[in-house]
Amino acid sequence: MSNINLNVNGKQYSLESIPGETLSTLLRERLRLTGTKIGCEEAECGACTVLVDGEPMMSCVYPAERADGKTIVTIEGLAALTPLPLPPNAPHLGGVAQSAEGGMKLHPLQEAFVEHGAVQCGFCIPGQIMTAYALLKRNPNPNSDDIRFALKDTLCRCAGYPSIENAILAAAQALRTGEPVQKPTHIPDSVHEHKTVGHSHLRPEAVEKVTGEAIYTDDLKFDGMLYAKVKRAMIPHGFLKKLNISKAKSLPGVAAVLTAEDVPAEKNHGLVIFDWPVMVGVGERVRYAGDALAIVAAESQEIAEAAIGLIEAEFDPQPVITNPVMAREDGVPQIHEKGNLLKHIKVRKGDMEKGFAESDVVLEHTFHTPATDHAFIEPECSIAVPVKPNRSGDLLGLSRMEIYVGSQIPYQDRTQVARVMGWDESRIRVVGQLMGGGFGGKEDVMGQIHAAMLANVTQRPVKLLFDRRESLLVHPKRHATQIRVKVGAKKDGRIVAMETELYGDTGAYASLGEKVMTRATTHSAGPYDIEHVRADCYAMYTNNPPAGAFRGFGVTQSAFAVESMMDMLAEKLGIERVELRRMNALHVGSVTNTGQVLNESVGLSECIDRVDAEMRTHNPRPFDPVAGEADPNLVRAWGFAAAYKNTGLGGGAPDKSGADVELYADGTFQVRSSASELGQGLVTVMRLIVAEEMSVLPEQVRVLVMDTDLTPNGGPTTASRQTFVTGNASRYAAKTLRDEIAASLAEKFDVRPEQIRFENGIVHANGYSLSYADVYREMMSLGQQPRVRYEYEAPKTQPLGSGGDMHFAFSFGVQAAEVEVNKLTGEVRVLKVISANDVGMAVNPLGLQGQVEGGVMMGLGNCLTEEFIVENGNVVTDQLARYRVPGIMLTPEITSIIVEHPVEAGPYGAKGVGEISSIPTTPAITNAIYNAVGVRVDKLPVDQEMIARKLWEREEQ
Amino acid sequence: MNLWQDYKRPTSVSEAVRDLTSAAGPALPIAGGTDLLLDLRQGRHAPVHTLVDLTFIPEMSVLELRGDSLYIGAAVPVSRVARDPLVGAHAQALVEACNLIAGPQVRNTATLGGNVAHALPAADGTIALTALDAVAEIASASVVRKIPFTSLFLGPGKSAIDKTKELIVGFYIPVKTSQVSETCEVLMASCFKRIMRPQGVALPILNCAVWLARENDAIKDIHIAIGPGGGTPFRATEAESALRGQPFTEETFSLALDALLAQAQFRTSARRASADYRRHIVGGLFKDVLDTAWKRAE
Repeated sequence: MSNINLNVNGKQYSLESIPGETLSTLLRERLRLTGTKIGCEEAECGACTVLVDGEPMMSCVYPAERADGKTIVTIEGLAALTPLPLPPNAPHLGGVAQSAEGGMKLHPLQEAFVEHGAVQCGFCIPGQIMTAYALLKRNPNPNSDDIRFALKDTLCRCAGYPSIENAILAAAQALRTGEPVQKPTHIPDSVHEHKTVGHSHLRPEAVEKVTGEAIYTDDLKFDGMLYAKVKRAMIPHGFLKKLNISKAKSLPGVAAVLTAEDVPAEKNHGLVIFDWPVMVGVGERVRYAGDALAIVAAESQEIAEAAIGLIEAEFDPQPVITNPVMAREDGVPQIHEKGNLLKHIKVRKGDMEKGFAESDVVLEHTFHTPATDHAFIEPECSIAVPVKPNRSGDLLGLSRMEIYVGSQIPYQDRTQVARVMGWDESRIRVVGQLMGGGFGGKEDVMGQIHAAMLANVTQRPVKLLFDRRESLLVHPKRHATQIRVKVGAKKDGRIVAMETELYGDTGAYASLGEKVMTRATTHSAGPYDIEHVRADCYAMYTNNPPAGAFRGFGVTQSAFAVESMMDMLAEKLGIERVELRRMNALHVGSVTNTGQVLNESVGLSECIDRVDAEMRTHNPRPFDPVAGEADPNLVRAWGFAAAYKNTGLGGGAPDKSGADVELYADGTFQVRSSASELGQGLVTVMRLIVAEEMSVLPEQVRVLVMDTDLTPNGGPTTASRQTFVTGNASRYAAKTLRDEIAASLAEKFDVRPEQIRFENGIVHANGYSLSYADVYREMMSLGQQPRVRYEYEAPKTQPLGSGGDMHFAFSFGVQAAEVEVNKLTGEVRVLKVISANDVGMAVNPLGLQGQVEGGVMMGLGNCLTEEFIVENGNVVTDQLARYRVPGIMLTPEITSIIVEHPVEAGPYGAKGVGEISSIPTTPAITNAIYNAVGVRVDKLPVDQEMIARKLWEREEQ
Repeated sequence: MNLWQDYKRPTSVSEAVRDLTSAAGPALPIAGGTDLLLDLRQGRHAPVHTLVDLTFIPEMSVLELRGDSLYIGAAVPVSRVARDPLVGAHAQALVEACNLIAGPQVRNTATLGGNVAHALPAADGTIALTALDAVAEIASASVVRKIPFTSLFLGPGKSAIDKTKELIVGFYIPVKTSQVSETCEVLMASCFKRIMRPQGVALPILNCAVWLARENDAIKDIHIAIGPGGGTPFRATEAESALRGQPFTEETFSLALDALLAQAQFRTSARRASADYRRHIVGGLFKDVLDTAWKRAE
């Protein structure tokens, strides 16, 4: 076999060829250039893009042997290609246009991605930048269309496509002119004035994400590491009759094969209800195709996969429960001991009979939404590393286990692994890694327990990496729903009664199903003040993949139903649809359908008014169809939708977060919390808040998150809660530290504590000016450790049905979408989206912009492109090639309007934004389709064939 | 499991055929490999022992004029086909099709040979080559032969080429230059367009390519290809007859569309499009493509 001679980033290599090796594997595993990411291994996502002889290629489908004689450039080699001479050091936002390694200047593309906030989770960024680099080489002055054409298949699930486009335009200009990279100018500061928070700041980790230095779990390698693989049932329902692992065990290179019999302690895991078996044992029930039967650890990934292929399983198949309506029928098989009903959720307000009797108009319609997948570009990966008792924290001579994983709930991972291992939680350390997106899909335990079991048995590090297929097959989805809405209104437009009935498909296991469907139910009457409300939801177990948390948390589905109904009602009543929403909108003083009195922070009317005004600047009669001049078959119109979404867990659950703030000898601070950074920007928020409180530059604050040994519990990263709870924990920890410093210095300098001033990084006391390094020395000399831990507890909430405050804050969002529908083919294009979000206060407007853009794009995908298809329990969409997430080509012009009605208890007034930015998009688009061509979409995703059929049938009549 | 055991990098067509036929186990040629490697990885293709890389063979990476034909080696990346000025001048439909195949990175490795070898009835490159009346050059151990493009296909996914011992070397596209004289003016043009849906597999609901020779207000000659209009790439020969030698008017178009609808066999593809939908929208697409080609031949 001949050698591969290739040049990578300017270095010549001669490597022995390895059968079956792709270029991506060669780069990542042999040259350890881990900036090239693997998202799908299907040539679909573009994360693995590198330059081969100057052209961008997907290295995951490029045979390594083909690279013989070629020149390769990866993200790690890009900075060296920076054109010289460099522009003089321009002041930057946060001033970070240097590599994290120090010294080396960034390429203008890398710098522009950082400055424009185009970097969120960062996992796709190497691919984006390499693709953009090749474009600018060929075309130094690209327009928007050129950029979109070049980046068509380089997916970003955080979906900051407008920011990516702006960054490329800015970099192209800098390269052409030699001028510094232009910064974004269209992102306003918060209306609430503060020194640091409320102004745009760069992410602290953005630079390492654009250079390829950022480490995600799969980039880690430990000495003696084994590779794991899971044997999945691949049947949706049945009993495991036999399981033969002997052939797999005897395969050379296999270190361990474990089954349900080897589970040391608790057999099940789960986030709320422990109903999900770690592995299904012989004689036990398989409930979905992704159930684990056995786990293997081997010397290589290939051997592990071969071993899985040698495991033989026999089943006694059972009838498959395919949907939640079927699951509730009499006489069907019961999937769990308690039956198929996970929860019947009820909302009751007023008197329905009276409400409908008083109504002049009553409408009823049923809507359907499919399961959808998070499709984060980074698939799940867990690495478990056994730690001998002499190496770290000696707990009575017991060994420990470190788990490296990108997780939304590190402390929950720790609990769940400990339960199954039968260990005290203190023996587990979860070391959270950078995450390539989460969106709710990295809340449940995936490989953490399996990796820990295998590492414990082999006493070697074990990596369990899901491939895209396993990721699609196994992790919980967005709930598929059926939602019936019945609405009653007076002639003048006042809605007096709203009745909804929801069926939620929670799949084989509970996950967060009960919580998600509760949110779907409580929000199912929309953000409106209605006297009589009744909602019943049946969250049902089925033999489909489990459903759980996904950005929007159930409200995405119910908002589609109720906002479609609002437009239907407006038409029936002959009332303008914005006006109908305006007159029924929740306001300060309203009572929600769960009986909560809204005392503050209801920016819904302002969102409605500002979106309405902005929309009418484009077209004063936005809802009338406009046929194209060139092609009358292309018809445009606008659509409108409103929504609300709780911030925080609510429903009586204690909602806490802990944070440490510590001052170091060099005068810098560190803030620590085990809350998760999944790309949404929490780390930046924590940094800005501490900088604000301590009156220092953000660069003087380092942030450590997601390590259960080193950071206090920040609770789950879910429910748009972290800016609020961990933001507050960071703020109060910093405040407390400041008070302690003031108290100490007051004594020393003989003034009252309130006379100590903290300004621009300097502490002033009685005529003396101390740097924070001085302060550190003073504190230490007084025997005081300048470190504070604060556990923040959000305002108490009440359970559903109690009539009290179910949530401590709500965010509000309104969107208008302009679409173009092709009357012949039914094709739909979204041209413009205007999105207003009441977020209380914009802590970091640059980060917020990314959340708004990404939210719109995820909503657009939910509406137009995404459908997780399961047929009779078998997953059809088991590849990214069959599950379309929107790319840059589908990106409309997005206008973001920030509305800031502060919440008293929020940090500087802030509340959540992660979810609300995504919720109204779908109904805004489907309402626009109706306005354009008169076809009502009541089932997602939008089926262009259905639209075309309705139109030709109408024509034929 | 390794995707392959042995990887050959032949530098001539005959060496490649030898590598294929003398391999120690099942052998396949690999051009771009963007589909093949996924098929192997996802178990849609039986495991192979030897892959024979065609991209190191100069003859298969050539794009040039040869006599009265444009020759495109089967291993030329489609991005190069799309950017090449010769293709732009003589086969615009192919440029348009190649610019729509997959995404930019994949187009830098994917090849026309691969697009054709999969024998899908609606592959974009295939449909453009069908309308351009291409000829394929096939090499086996004993002989190199040229065959008409449409005879490459036996059925959906079934190629007439035995990939274990034959190779598609390249394609010849007849170059018919426009004739302008005092008495007559014949101008040639082509066009390719398609209709997609945003969900599911990235295969077109319908695509259409037209090549035509225009003599003043009449269609002197025309080739029409529609995919999927049957189990193999479909040439709408009845519609061509209806238009050939006729003026291009609403009436002649309407007759041609009737002929096309009568001849084409539209099928229902699960989760992509019903036969009914295809029948309803094909007219609009056909009209659009024909209009564009017609205007280009002005």
